[in-house]
Amino acid sequence: MKKVFLHQTNIISPLGFSTEENFRAVCAGNTAIQPVTIAEPIGTIYAGKIKEEVFAKMYPKMSSLEIPRIEKYILAALEPLVAQRGISEDSLLIISTTKGNISALEKHQIEAAHLGTTATYIQNYFGFAQKPLIISNACVSGVMALSVAKRLIQMEQASEIYVVAFDELVPFIISGFQSLQAMSDTICKPYDIDRKGVNLGEGAAAVFINTEKEEKGIELIADANINDANHISGPSRTGEGLYLSITQAIKEANIDVSQIDYISLHGTATIYNDEMESIALSRAALDHVPANSFKGYYGHTLGASGLLETILTMECMKNNKLIPTYGFETLGVSLPIAVITQLQEQPIHYALKTASGFGGSNSAILLKK
Amino acid sequence: MYYISKYICIQQGKMWLNGSLYAESHYTEFGDLMKDFYKKFQINYPKFYKMDDLCKLAFIGSELLLKDENSKQIALLFSNSEASLDTDIKHQQSIQNVDAYYPSPAIFVYTLPNIAIGEVSIRHQLQTESCFFVADKLPVTHWIPYTNYLLQNHKAEKVVCAWVHKLGNNYEAFLYLVEKKGEIEQTEQNINELFK
Amino acid sequence: MEALKQELKVKIIDVLNLEDISKDDIQDSDPLFGDGLGLDSIDALELIVLLDKEYGIKLADPKQGKEIFQSIETMAAYISENRTK
Repeated sequence: MKKVFLHQTNIISPLGFSTEENFRAVCAGNTAIQPVTIAEPIGTIYAGKIKEEVFAKMYPKMSSLEIPRIEKYILAALEPLVAQRGISEDSLLIISTTKGNISALEKHQIEAAHLGTTATYIQNYFGFAQKPLIISNACVSGVMALSVAKRLIQMEQASEIYVVAFDELVPFIISGFQSLQAMSDTICKPYDIDRKGVNLGEGAAAVFINTEKEEKGIELIADANINDANHISGPSRTGEGLYLSITQAIKEANIDVSQIDYISLHGTATIYNDEMESIALSRAALDHVPANSFKGYYGHTLGASGLLETILTMECMKNNKLIPTYGFETLGVSLPIAVITQLQEQPIHYALKTASGFGGSNSAILLKK
Repeated sequence: MYYISKYICIQQGKMWLNGSLYAESHYTEFGDLMKDFYKKFQINYPKFYKMDDLCKLAFIGSELLLKDENSKQIALLFSNSEASLDTDIKHQQSIQNVDAYYPSPAIFVYTLPNIAIGEVSIRHQLQTESCFFVADKLPVTHWIPYTNYLLQNHKAEKVVCAWVHKLGNNYEAFLYLVEKKGEIEQTEQNINELFK
Repeated sequence: MEALKQELKVKIIDVLNLEDISKDDIQDSDPLFGDGLGLDSIDALELIVLLDKEYGIKLADPKQGKEIFQSIETMAAYISENRTK
């Protein structure tokens, strides 16, 4: 079966409008999370929000297009990749999002709120011949999209794939998380004893994938997406689905657990998610591997998170750097996790990226340099 | 080559199994219709009543499709054109008016289309691969190679491909089971024929 | 208080979609969570919304829910004390 390589990437987020800018910001210990005022009655929440004025300065033309806000970020994410790689008849676009342009419902625009509407706009803007493939699978969407891309390439359905993942910080989503009492009223603290819940965020991330290593391609060597089959909104108490996803990916990669140098975890900073991850990691004998969550830098960017964080993982691999978990101070989960607390140099040859989401979903991918 | 061993269609108050009429209901209101099928099949699963319409449709369809299945290695590939918009609209209604702002957690948890996969996974205890695609129509072009990948690489013994659509008064479901043996070859033409 | 308890039983059945249960099936002191009605974490959150929507009570700390929602009895007592609607 063909090998699969990740090449150019891009991140549009409150921490910058390129992968380089985002990686620099994260290495410098900057967080996007701050008090953000949302329409009443939501009020002020701690969240990561892209500042329109800053985006407009960087992308004046795109900013002035009369399209939904989220679509501007999608275009900005994809544009440099398309400019570098071009689009052929065979180029497939895979879209990952939880809610897409859901804010259109505020104005009863049901057609506009359909993910297909956004997908068609993006397809036409760039001139993709094929209809995009849309994945909407809760917060694992970003990682799952990479898994699907790999599998389609290996089944010879495509030889080059663009993946774009995105979600927007909007009242629809905030109100829901508030009703679930899942949000923290300060900057989130993944794996910490004082963690109180998530911060929400937004962003768009994109990657170009093909079957050639070229100079700096990071290989996507294994993947698995296993459901907990336990509860629709709470994770399995035994971390079943995540454990199975991780172990199946490791089996497919045909490597030993000891070869994994770094794990980019989901780490949303809820009591249950972080606890579940500690259990899954111990069961998979990965409790001593340097691990972090990026949620303290961006908040939970939902459908974007899996890809955004994978891109940062790729940068860590290319630069042999381990990034600390912003917000973490004292371990507060039952089983050990080797949470990274200092910025450090470390050769990274194999990295594991995991994600978990509502509906009992879990995804795990293994990357190789 | 893999085969379709079983297929279900739910449309206009009728349920079809492998092309033959299996059950029908005179109820026209969707909730009543689903409840009628639930009772007809003598299902005992109180969680059913908490599900949103999309999940109820997926649940009822899967209940029949997986009725005599012993395998636990069944992957679930679901799809529709509207994701969870049917329930999204309800959530939006609960927050639209500042003076009557009561977002409901029980509604919000269903504002993701893959929850339908979750409900079926839980019901049948399927700790397996799954994915939710949003597409204009049955995404057979992607489902077939993806299903082949899962079966060839032993990621699943069987695969359920389910088109589950519910938006306002419109609903339809088409589910089929793919495995090593069966009557119908898994081809785009065959699948589109079954779901006309 | 009696009327409130009956009202609560009806509202809970409705709001939590407890289709196969009638209000006569719920005893005042039956545990609502755990073995009793088998309600789960989402149901608990939904009851917090019920307190607000129907009785104008906004809980300062959602963790208070555990005590308040032990039974119809405890719920009715809390609501009588704190309702603003």
